[in-house]
Amino acid sequence: MADQPFPIAGSLDVTPPRVREQMTVGEWLHAWVVTVDHKRLGILYIVYAIFFLLVAGAEALAVRIQLARPDNHFLTADVYDRMFTMHGTTMVFLVGMPILFGFGNYLVPIMIGARDMAFPRLNAFSFWLTAFGGLLLYYSFIGGYGLYGMGNAPDVMWLAYAPLTEKAFSPGHTMDYWALSLILSGFGTLGTAINIIATALSMRCRGMTLFRMPLFVWLMLVTSALTLITITPLTAAQIMLVIDRYLGGHFFDTQAGGSAMIWLHFFWIFGHPEVYVLVLPAFGMANEIIPVFSRKAIFGYPAMAAASIGIAFVSTGVWAHHMFTVGMTSVGNTFFVLSTMVVGIPTGIKIFNWLATLWGGKIQFRPPMLFCLAFLFQFLIAGLTGIMLSVAPWNWQLHNSYFVIAHFHYVLVGAIVFCIFAGIYYWYPKAIGRMLDETLAKWHFWLFLIGFHVTFDTMHFAGFLGMPRSIYTYEADRGWGTLNMIVSIGGFIQAIAVLIFAYNLIHSYFRGRIAGNDPWDAWTLEWSTPSPPPVYNFATDPVVHSRRPLWDLKHPEDPDWKYE
Amino acid sequence: MSAIPTFPTAEPWSLPSRGRVAMLSLIIGESAIFTIFVVAYIYYIGKSISGPTPQQVLDIPFFNTVCLLSSSVTIWLSERQIERGNIKAFAALWALTMALGIEFIVGTALEWHKLIYVDGLTIHTNLFGTTFYSLVGLHATHVVVGLLMLTVVMIFTLTGHINIRHTERVQVLALYWHFVDAVWVVVFTVVYIVGR
Amino acid sequence: MKGRRRFNAFVAQRIFLCDSVQHQRGRPRALFITPHKSETHNLQQHHRYFDAKQMSSIMRKHDSPSTRPFLWAAFLLVKPALSRAWAQTKHTPPSIFAPASTPAHEIFGLSMFVLAITGGIFVVVGGLLTFAIIRYRSRKDDDASEPPQIYGSVQVELAWTVVPVLIVVVLFLTTARIIFAVQDAPEPKDALDVTVVGHQFWWEFRYPKLGIVTANELHVPVKQATFLHLLSADVMHSFWVPELAGKTDLIPNHPNDMWIAPQRTGLFLGQCAQFCGPEHAKMLLRVYVDTPEEFQAWVKDQQQPAVDDAAVAAGRHLFETQACTNCHAVNGTAAIGTFGPDLTHLATRDTIAAGAVKNTPQDLHEWIKDPAHFKEGVLMPAMQLSDPQIDQLVAYLDTLK
Repeated sequence: MADQPFPIAGSLDVTPPRVREQMTVGEWLHAWVVTVDHKRLGILYIVYAIFFLLVAGAEALAVRIQLARPDNHFLTADVYDRMFTMHGTTMVFLVGMPILFGFGNYLVPIMIGARDMAFPRLNAFSFWLTAFGGLLLYYSFIGGYGLYGMGNAPDVMWLAYAPLTEKAFSPGHTMDYWALSLILSGFGTLGTAINIIATALSMRCRGMTLFRMPLFVWLMLVTSALTLITITPLTAAQIMLVIDRYLGGHFFDTQAGGSAMIWLHFFWIFGHPEVYVLVLPAFGMANEIIPVFSRKAIFGYPAMAAASIGIAFVSTGVWAHHMFTVGMTSVGNTFFVLSTMVVGIPTGIKIFNWLATLWGGKIQFRPPMLFCLAFLFQFLIAGLTGIMLSVAPWNWQLHNSYFVIAHFHYVLVGAIVFCIFAGIYYWYPKAIGRMLDETLAKWHFWLFLIGFHVTFDTMHFAGFLGMPRSIYTYEADRGWGTLNMIVSIGGFIQAIAVLIFAYNLIHSYFRGRIAGNDPWDAWTLEWSTPSPPPVYNFATDPVVHSRRPLWDLKHPEDPDWKYE
Repeated sequence: MSAIPTFPTAEPWSLPSRGRVAMLSLIIGESAIFTIFVVAYIYYIGKSISGPTPQQVLDIPFFNTVCLLSSSVTIWLSERQIERGNIKAFAALWALTMALGIEFIVGTALEWHKLIYVDGLTIHTNLFGTTFYSLVGLHATHVVVGLLMLTVVMIFTLTGHINIRHTERVQVLALYWHFVDAVWVVVFTVVYIVGR
Repeated sequence: MKGRRRFNAFVAQRIFLCDSVQHQRGRPRALFITPHKSETHNLQQHHRYFDAKQMSSIMRKHDSPSTRPFLWAAFLLVKPALSRAWAQTKHTPPSIFAPASTPAHEIFGLSMFVLAITGGIFVVVGGLLTFAIIRYRSRKDDDASEPPQIYGSVQVELAWTVVPVLIVVVLFLTTARIIFAVQDAPEPKDALDVTVVGHQFWWEFRYPKLGIVTANELHVPVKQATFLHLLSADVMHSFWVPELAGKTDLIPNHPNDMWIAPQRTGLFLGQCAQFCGPEHAKMLLRVYVDTPEEFQAWVKDQQQPAVDDAAVAAGRHLFETQACTNCHAVNGTAAIGTFGPDLTHLATRDTIAAGAVKNTPQDLHEWIKDPAHFKEGVLMPAMQLSDPQIDQLVAYLDTLK
């Protein structure tokens, strides 16, 4: 009976829906705290990240208010330094990593037809490590001096260059909070990465070869493999810093013959692949959303998978493009120019593949797709400003200026956050069972788009005019006042958009339209389960024969496996 | 009948063992940490501006090394035993592995005692002290963690809870132990041969 | 035929690669981003976008013809800021697109080339994306059929791999050339040597061959190379004056070198570009490019020991007994502190506190009374002196010309 209508029989949940509401509040909380279900842990990661998105966003707004006019006195220098340091640290480690690994947690098992991750308890342990690491980082605000001057929150940029971070120059405990909390979170990230690799390699359902996995799973696999050798150098460098600060070591102690340079090298050996760890899952989401809303298969699946692996490999060899101004030899500089330009090639190819996916399709402008389309343009610009920065002599001007800040926010916000919003609009119906309101979504999209461009397009020009980063104020005669005011206004527009989004998340949880299994008419396995899926995901283990199992079911006359 | 079109899938479906994949991933991650410490060690060779030098105070730990590397052999032999279900032989070889590992730790402790109290080399003496104790200490920490895991298995064996069905888990743990030994080969070469 | 020549020249300008057309013609050419439709359209008319007089004066000031086409692009980007820039009497607001020194010029030329290529990529790819989104949108009256499923195409994918590789080759080779030209430029015999030492939060400048030690305000001669040797006394800093050169970091235990070769006189502003602590924002740079005569006069003056004016003996006595000498040096007196800026010729400087405070008696008074008022986190403590005492001190310091 191969023509039995879809959804797949046996995948329906038979648990009465009222069971959930019979728990007391205490029981409900307890269930969330002790859960090892990958879906719940995924949601915990995402909720945690959204909370810190709002906190770090507030820190950014404080920074922008201070910089809106020259010689402003809204924040003192040390409070400002803590605000921007915590903004960066929070956004990378408590928003970016958790939310992307949260998506990975939720989606990887269900997309490969598994019931849970390879190691559910390790999964839970990793989440709580990350969560407590974040709480330790934020405890720094009140540890030590209490709230006076914002306590002991780190204040040396999220890059924490030595020897400024040594005890001689940072005598308080700011660096201790920074290093210890991130070492803790780092172990959590490592655990999740190991889990995702083991899951993707060892838990696929029957018929799902590596080349039939959804591209999101491919990208999470590549990201997790990259994470293994990315987060660990940072952990090592932070252990060295802690040894210097507590045990009198001399790793970065220039007075004892130590080197500030090796901190730079070790940090950027982490720092550069880290941005690929952040961007590859975003690509993965785009790889799922763009085909569905173009009504076409992704163009060039093998090339997309190969490009991801290529990007991960090459990204481990480009780190010193953050160090063009430290005085490396001309040969060294030239090598890193080349490797950085080379990593732009597979990245550019991905954009062409997405373009080709759109080409000849029937594009639907639903909220996930709106964000993905904006992502395409913005990632293109981000990549091009990246090429500009890879040109070492030009980098000698642009390094540590607002041009760099504009570039990396274009990637982090313009590409990654836009994809995350797209992913939330796309998968929220699956996880919660209700659609997000589309009118609010459109308000969110347009306001955020406008605010984003007002802020970050303008910021490039501040960099051209010589404005360096990490400054708490600037002279009135530099000519940066108007630009900064515009940048700050854009920040507030984005804030309003994000608040609309947060309201939408909560409002739709109670009042959203019921989603059903497959509101978007999509093709991967997660859309064959009810929304939300039962705790065991699939009643019977699925068997697949192509990259788009649901396409095969919906189009039995023209299945994918004939062409792959 | 399910809605999934069934037609013969000729190839058998086999996937790698998740325990092995996870342990290999952990090993890759740990290797990255060790690599950073090794690079720092190599970078700082000869750069100490005062204090004892490696040539002055380091003796090559032949016996410790032989013990640790032999423990890789004994653990491998014990794996073979549990594959065949010979739990008693497995237990004996496992105990031997632990004894060799403990000897390594004791030997390292004695070496450090001499370095600290006789030669005056501590982690804050100079760059050599910092990098030496960090790198060798990081390795020793991993040996200790490995010994703890070996102890857990030993206790389960002595209380009769281990049998042939636990072969794969034992092999995964043995993989970790082999990794620790391999790291020692690198650390030994860098610290006692290249750096002296 | 004339129209075609003009059209070809127009195309050549837009590619930015060929400057031979420009200086053969010897006349300013307008530069456009938007194509004009007709070949017969008079190029002259496009001059209304720019002030041709301004253009000509710039052309005369710059020796290297190859910079000319690239300058035009700068106008389109930063014309408002530059309108004041060419007045040249006051300091100009910094800009990386207003190079005034050889390394900055080299970088500017390269940057315009890269901007053109990346701009071209943006137009092409962005255009295709826009086209695809509009052309292939789903229409309201659409049937629910799925469009043809295209899984890939080897030829297309090969083509769009090869083209980026070629672009990378071109970009890489042009970049490598400039890296070696700037970084490995040999030091000419008549170059001025300056040692720069970065401190939290001020700049120490030493001219070893001239026996001068000063702080925060650098004087260099025009049309001559100055080679800067960069050191740090504490943490990482970075020397950045955009109009003179790219930035180079000052790293403790890791000396670096850079050079500038200013081509016009004036005051150029910059600041520390590597976060170095709370007052990183106020570690400003002022580089005075002097004519050779002005520079010689300055050097002569700086080489003298401190002026010893008996009228301010009370202030000098305060200076030498109130712990000022722990940190500050005044050449020719008992003050030999090296932790803070050298004050031997303090009165010749326009600013104090690394450019953050004007060097007027009132501001100097406030500074000594409470440095943290201007620069919270600065390492100079409030000296706990009474106002009359500070007045005497300021009177003394004002004589240190």
